[in-house]
Amino acid sequence: MQSVWALLSFGPDGWGDDLAYGVLVTVSLALVTLPLGLLIGFLVALAKQSGEASMRLAGNIYTTIFRGLPELLTLFLVFYGAQIGVQQLVRLVRPEAVVEINSFVAGMIALGVVFSSYASEVFLSAFRAIPRGQYEGGYSVGLSSRQTMRLVILPQLVRIALPGLSNLWLILLKDTALVSAIGLTDIVRQSSIAARVTKHAFMFFGVACLIYLALAIISSFGIGAIERWVGKREAQR
Amino acid sequence: MSASSDTAVKVQRPPSPPRGWSRERIMGWALVGLWSALALSLVVYLFRAWNPELFAKYAPSYLSGLRVTLTLVAVSIVLGAILSLPICYARMSKNRVLNAISYGYVYFFRGTPLLAQTFLIYYGFGSFRPQLEAIGLWSFFREAWYCAVFAFALNTAAYQAEILRGAIESVGKGQWEAASALGLSKLQTLYKIVLPQALIVALRPYGNEVILMIKGSAIVAIITVYDLMGETRRAFSRTFDFQTYLWAALLYLSLVETLRHLVDWIERRITRHLHR
Repeated sequence: MQSVWALLSFGPDGWGDDLAYGVLVTVSLALVTLPLGLLIGFLVALAKQSGEASMRLAGNIYTTIFRGLPELLTLFLVFYGAQIGVQQLVRLVRPEAVVEINSFVAGMIALGVVFSSYASEVFLSAFRAIPRGQYEGGYSVGLSSRQTMRLVILPQLVRIALPGLSNLWLILLKDTALVSAIGLTDIVRQSSIAARVTKHAFMFFGVACLIYLALAIISSFGIGAIERWVGKREAQR
Repeated sequence: MSASSDTAVKVQRPPSPPRGWSRERIMGWALVGLWSALALSLVVYLFRAWNPELFAKYAPSYLSGLRVTLTLVAVSIVLGAILSLPICYARMSKNRVLNAISYGYVYFFRGTPLLAQTFLIYYGFGSFRPQLEAIGLWSFFREAWYCAVFAFALNTAAYQAEILRGAIESVGKGQWEAASALGLSKLQTLYKIVLPQALIVALRPYGNEVILMIKGSAIVAIITVYDLMGETRRAFSRTFDFQTYLWAALLYLSLVETLRHLVDWIERRITRHLHR
């Protein structure tokens, strides 16, 4: 019976290094997904607040689909669907080719679209909180609509959307646990392996939960710092 | 009199905004066209991949999976609602110890993934098999189904406690004071004054929580509970037919949309007195 500390150590028979690798995968997946989700979410929000009915319809369909599907199902749809789709495309050229989709990329796309559908709602309500006068003011001082967006609207938008987006970041961090189901070696996967080998399941899953808690706490410190920074810029104006 | 109304008719209105084919409009219709093309190709794909044998074999298991999903969500939501009451009470009490314990509970269950919690209970409690056997609880924690219900109920209790707390705190303090001035007891005030107002606020978050639970319940497929997702995975692993996943997606989507519209409808109905 090994002691708990020996099991969690970084040596050759400890699992510390494997768990650390899992943390690295989880954090990098979340960090890579964030900009993708923010970008798509912003574009969808632009479509949903457009004056054009068809644009709004297209944006709303996107949100309805990806907010209504379970995240795990979206992940499988992307993972297997993309695999089958790409395979059929490649087989047109080389009939014997076998395609494997990288599970990291599949996880990034699936979590990105889910994140973006929620983020678009956050951005949309932030857009609605900005009065029309801001756009008209930008127009009257001779800014193009693109310049108005970049120089006048975006800085305010970020400030209003920040609390909602930081909530979504914490949800994203938790959702990355799902990628263990498609074989990516994240925290949950690594602790499952450790649990199976060492038979200390409660300890390893408990450690996994504590790691997620620690990540959440670190994130909330980071979010606090960003909010203070944005608030300071607000005060200077 | 008539002259003034004549001039009113002749007043020049500002020109209506141009309704030409602006770039935005073209792009919007292109996107709608893209969605329609995708929907059409989905229908065509499902039609061409239609296989009566497959359908006869797996349609009943999908239905039973759907039943399992709905039962799981219903049971854990109800158990979570019961469990959330003491947590909410502790969270709002002025007692430091109660407050800290309930805060820790809520923080833990909201800060860690549901998947990790489910694994912790299903696989993790297996580490304590001798002790659990000694107190006769092993037959409970051996079953994936009970573990799933247990984990989900604990998880949703944390969220529901926060929803309830937010809703009760959204009712103004003056309501409590007025009720106490009228001589109502605390419990009477809660039931007759505060809760009717708080539950209107809480309806939408509760609806969202049910939807999140339905979506979250898909993960029980990983611990071998055959809910809708579990049946889908089983069907896919036997047939390697991608339409199995598409049917599941359609089922989940219609379930969630039905619920969302139901919540909208209920909210419109119970807030009729607030609209003018």
